[in-house]
Amino acid sequence: MTEVVTDQTPPLLNGPTDKEKKYDRQLRLWAANGQQALEDAHILLLNSGSGTVGVETLKNLVLPGIGKFTIADSSVVTEADLGVNFFLDEESLGQSRAECCVRLLQELNPDVKGDWFPKQKGEELENLLSVDQKYTLIMYSLPIDPRSLALVQEYSRQQKIPLVALHSAGFYSYFRIILPGSFPIVDTHPDSTATTDLRLLNPWPELSDFAAKLTDNIENLSALEHGHIPYVVLLLYYLKRWKESHGNYPTTYQDKKAFREFVSAGARTDNPEGGEENFDEAVAAVLKTVTVPSIPSSVKAVFDHKPDDAESSSSFWIIADAVKRFYEKHNELPLPGSVPDMKAQSSVYVQLQNIYKAKARQDVAEVLETVRSHPHGNEIDIGEVETFCKNAAFIKLIHGADASPVSIQTIAENEFQSDENAPLTMMPLSLLPIYLALNATSHVPSASASDILAIISKDIPDAASNPRIVKVAEEVARANGGELHNISALTGGMASQEVIKIITKQYIPIDNTCIFDGITSRTQVLRI
Amino acid sequence: MSQPVMVASTLQAPTVPDSRWIYLDNVRQKKGPFTDEESFDASGEAVSAMEKMKLLVIGAGGLGCEILKDLALSGFKDIHVIDMDTIDVSNLNRQFLFRQSDVGKSKAEVAARFVEKRVKGVSITPHNCKIQDKDDEFYMQFNIVICGLDSIEARRWINSTLVDLVDNENPESLKPLIDGGTEGFKGQSRVIFPTMTSCIECQLDMHAPRAAVPLCTLATIPRQPEHCIEWAHIMAWEQEKPFPKLDNDDPEHITWLYKKALARAQEFNISGVTYSLTQGVVKNIIPAIASTNAIIAASCCNEAFKIATSTNPSLGFEENYMMYSGNDSIYTYTFKHEKKDDCPVCGNIARNMEIDPNFTLEEFIESLAARPEAQLKKPSIRSEQKTIYMQSPESLELKTRPNLVKKMGELVEDGEEIGVSDPSLGSVNFKYRLRFSKPFKSH
Repeated sequence: MTEVVTDQTPPLLNGPTDKEKKYDRQLRLWAANGQQALEDAHILLLNSGSGTVGVETLKNLVLPGIGKFTIADSSVVTEADLGVNFFLDEESLGQSRAECCVRLLQELNPDVKGDWFPKQKGEELENLLSVDQKYTLIMYSLPIDPRSLALVQEYSRQQKIPLVALHSAGFYSYFRIILPGSFPIVDTHPDSTATTDLRLLNPWPELSDFAAKLTDNIENLSALEHGHIPYVVLLLYYLKRWKESHGNYPTTYQDKKAFREFVSAGARTDNPEGGEENFDEAVAAVLKTVTVPSIPSSVKAVFDHKPDDAESSSSFWIIADAVKRFYEKHNELPLPGSVPDMKAQSSVYVQLQNIYKAKARQDVAEVLETVRSHPHGNEIDIGEVETFCKNAAFIKLIHGADASPVSIQTIAENEFQSDENAPLTMMPLSLLPIYLALNATSHVPSASASDILAIISKDIPDAASNPRIVKVAEEVARANGGELHNISALTGGMASQEVIKIITKQYIPIDNTCIFDGITSRTQVLRI
Repeated sequence: MSQPVMVASTLQAPTVPDSRWIYLDNVRQKKGPFTDEESFDASGEAVSAMEKMKLLVIGAGGLGCEILKDLALSGFKDIHVIDMDTIDVSNLNRQFLFRQSDVGKSKAEVAARFVEKRVKGVSITPHNCKIQDKDDEFYMQFNIVICGLDSIEARRWINSTLVDLVDNENPESLKPLIDGGTEGFKGQSRVIFPTMTSCIECQLDMHAPRAAVPLCTLATIPRQPEHCIEWAHIMAWEQEKPFPKLDNDDPEHITWLYKKALARAQEFNISGVTYSLTQGVVKNIIPAIASTNAIIAASCCNEAFKIATSTNPSLGFEENYMMYSGNDSIYTYTFKHEKKDDCPVCGNIARNMEIDPNFTLEEFIESLAARPEAQLKKPSIRSEQKTIYMQSPESLELKTRPNLVKKMGELVEDGEEIGVSDPSLGSVNFKYRLRFSKPFKSH
């Protein structure tokens, strides 16, 4: 085995900085690189209607420290605003709603800059968008006048800026994310239980040798040594013996159950505990770890994607292509290299860790070589390749809003068909009617149930005969275009989580519409 | 786009001057297609009845700040908030009622003053103390209790207190309990009608405690950075006592633990000990962000609003639990958690518990802390016949201490019922029926 260098650069002994202290609870989720991305971001909110859901979303972005935000809103604060919007006070009455909200939002975090628009009455939205100002993401709340909407949609398409639509009325809401093109994510933060990849059915020579050496004389080991053989080594040892007697590895469920018995029988029971913990761990790990790693469909989607010209020179797609070639050659993804904790002597465990780390490094080196052979490959940081390889099984691609659009008729057909089977499948009813009814009021402050139904019927001709749609239309009409603070706060919470995921490129955002029903307390995510 | 556009000038929502609560009244004074007509009252009387309701918010932290804001803007006028904590700088990334200059002050007081000032006409009464400091009479005055807590223990205490308060002769004694919790991008909200629907104790096994690392691993065979930190925390500190008492919030103390852990990690070639990890392990820090708190708090307050107004059906008697996860897209699961007949708090039959009769009483008591369905840390135990072990008063502890080394088989019969109490969880007596999993070998 080649010599392994343990990466032990001694960390600084200084305590945390003031910023690290303030942001401690979130740095544990998205780390310094995620925080930097937030601090570099500038978010624009086009606010209208009763005006709360967008401000509630911003609140949850100002607190964790986005760099800058701008609110565009030509409304003047009224009494009704004070009953629903927390970021206005008595003094705000009669003043610019944008300016007042910015002032009270900024109080939350002195590190965040806030700006508002218009500064003068009658100033046009084009002025705001034509200024040489680069936004990271634009949000708009509905209802919105059609011309403003067209303007901001066009702008975000041209500038390739993610757009978030927010609509909250009464007990209902939805928000929709329009991404400008495909959105790949490396740092998806899978559950730690899902990431174990031990390659027990395809061990490389260093790992096999290590296991063989530790189990060479297994019957005669002292109680201490026997009870501390790491379960990875135990499984490798018993798998080898199983294969010798059965001709192949256990693959079916029945085989694996028998294999578990086989492992279990190896534990010594003539001790005070009546068993050995490392054997218990080995038995418990059989079903999950004795498997041929298969390639998840989300990774396959990345491999199958044909990046366009702009994409193909980006580091993600260059590395993805190199990993794909690695996979085609070895029929395995690069090894993540982490080893879960298990009963073992410290030094043995560290040796085992190093064997996995060394293999992971070797895989990274191979991928890096392919990356470097690409015309733009030299500019790519090795750290990025390492992260990609470590997360290779969990990379994810979200397609842009323009890719393979499905008509609302088709979506409705699918949703209402599964609703018919709902009593049998015990699945909750589709929330699509909520989207349809809110969407029907995208450009009007309020509407009657029959107005709403008439608009829905343009797309879904038999809408009026669907009792769910009729009731939901009545409920939307009941709200009369007014927001309920709770529903807007909840929706703003969800939307801000999604904005954080998009800006930090961590975790997995929705694709692409989330509908909330505050009556049954359910959400549904649909691609619309 | 060449045509000039005015910013959303035509879309001011329709309002009448001086109508602060017009959006709330849209739903409070008009029934909808899902409204239960029998309980809904569209008259102004219902609104004034709602304004007279007294609500208690437990916790003025990440969830509590949001809950106070949401309730004030839901039309509630008489709100109390209870929290014993003071404001720390690491709260400021989400507890949005607090500023840098408030660090060190009472959370309940600062939060109450802030919301009272911002929302005209709402009264918020702060209680800067532990929930255990208040008696039944205090809790009896409220109509709805909403919890935004980070500790299971406090939840269990208020849950058992509210279950105990229920008097079938007095409908006022039944206080709906709404509970929220978050961790990172995930959270849950649930509605409990004490004694009528599944309670926090019925649902306890959904929040299993994290398995503790065996002491021998810490002492002799550490493998993870966390093992080195726990070693410094539990063993090195006790041995060396660098300061009289460990204060998790004192950076000097954390630095001491960090250096100790780091040295130990280097000795064993273990990488990954950092200051941040040390702090996380020692204080058992749970990641927390504003957005998740906003979601869960608003969900709780939406249910409180629906319960108070009957404007729409609430969670409770059917579905009573909403799980939220935002790590991978958005996923929620709203379901009915069934009430358990053998719930030690709200059930009427003893819960079966399998034990090895060859365990000593001390071992049994230790196991109670780790069992997901019990999680009792300082239990006192009585059997039908006798007192087996009492944590206090001291005289009784002394008297029952000799039982600790006795085997369970000596102290109880197979199938016998025991009562367990734990003062941190209220006055409730947890009932278990012990079943021997193995034959008892008396010697």
